[in-house]
Amino acid sequence: MDIKDIIKPENQVYKKTDLMTENALSYCPGCGHGTAHRLTMEVVEELGIKEDTIGVAPVGCSVLAYDFMNVDMQQAAHGRAPALATGISRTWPDKYVFTYQGDGDLAAIGTAETIHACNRGENIVIIFINNGIYGMTGGQMAPTTLPGMRSSTSPYGRDVRSMGSPIKITELISNLPGVYFVSRQAVHTPKHVRKAKKAIKQAFENVKLKKGLSFVEIVSNCNSGWKMTPNDANKWLEENMLDFYQLGDIKIDGQLVQK
Amino acid sequence: MAELKLMKGNEAIAEAAIRAGVDAYFGYPITPQSEVIEYLMSEQPEHRTGMVVLQAESEVAAINMVYGAAGTGKKVMTSSSSPGISLKQEGISYLAGAELPAVILNVVRGGPGLGTIQPSQADYFQSVKGGGHGDYRLYVLAPASVQEMADFVDDAFEMAFKYKTPVLILSDGLIGQMMEKVLLKDQKARLTDKELQERHGDWATFGRVGGRERNIITSLDLQSEKMENRVHRLMAKYKRMEEEDLRFEKIKCDDADYLIVAYGSSARIAQKTVDLARAKGHKVGLLRPITLFPYPKKELMEMTKQVKGILSVELNMGQMVEDIRLAVEHKVPVEHFGRTGGIIHTPEEILKALEEKIIKG
Amino acid sequence: MTEEIIIAGFGGQGVLSMGKILAYSGIMQDQEVSWMPSYGPEMRGGTANVTVILSDERISSPYLTIFDTAVILNQQSMDKFEKSLKPGGTLIYDPNGISHHPTRKDINIYRIEGSRLAAEMGNTKIFNMVILGGFLAARPIVKIENVIEGLKKSLPERYHKLIPLNQEAITKGMDSLETVQTI
Repeated sequence: MDIKDIIKPENQVYKKTDLMTENALSYCPGCGHGTAHRLTMEVVEELGIKEDTIGVAPVGCSVLAYDFMNVDMQQAAHGRAPALATGISRTWPDKYVFTYQGDGDLAAIGTAETIHACNRGENIVIIFINNGIYGMTGGQMAPTTLPGMRSSTSPYGRDVRSMGSPIKITELISNLPGVYFVSRQAVHTPKHVRKAKKAIKQAFENVKLKKGLSFVEIVSNCNSGWKMTPNDANKWLEENMLDFYQLGDIKIDGQLVQK
Repeated sequence: MAELKLMKGNEAIAEAAIRAGVDAYFGYPITPQSEVIEYLMSEQPEHRTGMVVLQAESEVAAINMVYGAAGTGKKVMTSSSSPGISLKQEGISYLAGAELPAVILNVVRGGPGLGTIQPSQADYFQSVKGGGHGDYRLYVLAPASVQEMADFVDDAFEMAFKYKTPVLILSDGLIGQMMEKVLLKDQKARLTDKELQERHGDWATFGRVGGRERNIITSLDLQSEKMENRVHRLMAKYKRMEEEDLRFEKIKCDDADYLIVAYGSSARIAQKTVDLARAKGHKVGLLRPITLFPYPKKELMEMTKQVKGILSVELNMGQMVEDIRLAVEHKVPVEHFGRTGGIIHTPEEILKALEEKIIKG
Repeated sequence: MTEEIIIAGFGGQGVLSMGKILAYSGIMQDQEVSWMPSYGPEMRGGTANVTVILSDERISSPYLTIFDTAVILNQQSMDKFEKSLKPGGTLIYDPNGISHHPTRKDINIYRIEGSRLAAEMGNTKIFNMVILGGFLAARPIVKIENVIEGLKKSLPERYHKLIPLNQEAITKGMDSLETVQTI
């Protein structure tokens, strides 16, 4: 078979969504961000809502998300994305507004904005990438860094007595009445990617209902920050992160999922 | 319909915001300006015009809600008082960097720190030199009456959209808390979504309506050359503001031998001093900067041909006086008089200072 | 014509609202007005005062330390503001609770028994309107019909039924002003 036969449209099984730009991703090879970006944009494309979607990316590795996501985007100050999204969503109540935030952004410097946007039940989607580390600034301890886990500011491992325990912000906000949907997913295997996309899609579909905030956590890796190969990082994630940050739906249709 | 009312400055600006067709207000309570959000909440403008009013969890959140809405082309404002404005500075710097139109009201109280809730003009430096981090300025309007509190809402938004920049209305506890007669303008319609999309579709982020290319709101330029270009673009705007939108008022300056320079509440009090001084035979005039940035530098230099000395009257320990000295390049003596800590200087005190520091027998 | 007035007493005596009605009355007769209250910690449980200016011209300073007229409703305010009157100025006070009566010889002094009269009328809330009546008798700077119009403007619609009672209190105050000294 000639190559020209293979690239015929009827043989195409996968196509990059037009809502990802042609810019080469600036993320490290093996990083989960690229997949999470793609899933978000695929959902926007599949729902046919690009004319009504506005994204907010704050400070962190995703600070340049607007270089890759081909929708209207705002860049926020560190931690403030939920406040920006509130401002947008309140003045454009029929639009799909999402934030895309890392753990330091959402669960440390932006804790107040996160909790209050959730508590007010802003009609927005929050996508929360949790890799247990500050990736962009070079591997410092995050609010979600696991006990004993090493980082450049916890070089001997996170000592919970002096540095506090990792915060399960997703469980925390799931108890707020303004929050309608909460799910924790991962993107390190094809199976997980499929489930993550389903959750993101559900979150965006919820916006139409105007019943409150939808929150999807993606437990991800940071092979650079963790100082591992991509494969080792995914293995470490599976063996360590998922034990503490258990995957699955936490709140559906405004009801906590009974375990 | 236009209406004559007796209102506090804080209430007048809130009512004027509704009538100006403002789309949203985000704020957080702090004395002496809580009447702004209280008035808006009690008026339920969502029923009058569809205006959104939201009490945020902090000043930090409020200014970032402003950023979000401003980034979509909406007319949006916030208000606070000094300590709260300090908290907002991060967001204000981002607004300036991302070139977004927004209006911020500061009803100044005494500082530093928690300070006092009484009136002050100690935030002058913060207001006219930028305030947050980076190379930027704000267009700064200083109302001296309740009428101007109301009128400056429209003026501020006109400037904010003309220059795509945050505009600061620099008031204080005296103007905010006092009541005066105010003529409220007719209700202006808010822009419809369609009008907004047509007017601001080349930059605002309300979604890729009609399949247009994406818009991006950001203040980030990791390449230094690009960042320098951005700052140069900002500086060009500030120069244009000085050429096209400088505002000041001269009171009894025609024959003046001595000049008082004062803005906002100090200008009101100093105006009384001018009358007291003239009753004693001193020919004193008052120059009131209405915009504090841009500043009436040329006008001040022009006045040095006529006056023998200038007294800067401020509710602080001497901030604007530095800009006057820079403007007049030591052509005439320039002195400062002011009270601080929330104490308001009296017309008589100012006269005494004028006689001792400038007229000198 | 410019009249610079201080009204001072305890919080809760209706000092600020009396000033507001006076200011509205000025608006009703096309005057410039300003109303500048003391605010903040000064107000908590203690004294309240408001500077009201009515003028035919643009008002310069809304904040003053020397006044044409002082309306004084407690001893602290007497101690503070008797000396702040211009020579030839007017002091109006309620003797209730005053132990040190005014002593200046270069001002006009009037008394109005606001507390007693309001109690006699069976409604202590109209105290400030009795005082306003006394003020108007001493300083007829606004017409009574403009005061009534001012009342209408400053009271929410649901309280308009109280206007006749307020009017009665103002009349009572006007009729009950006692002259202590005129110069």
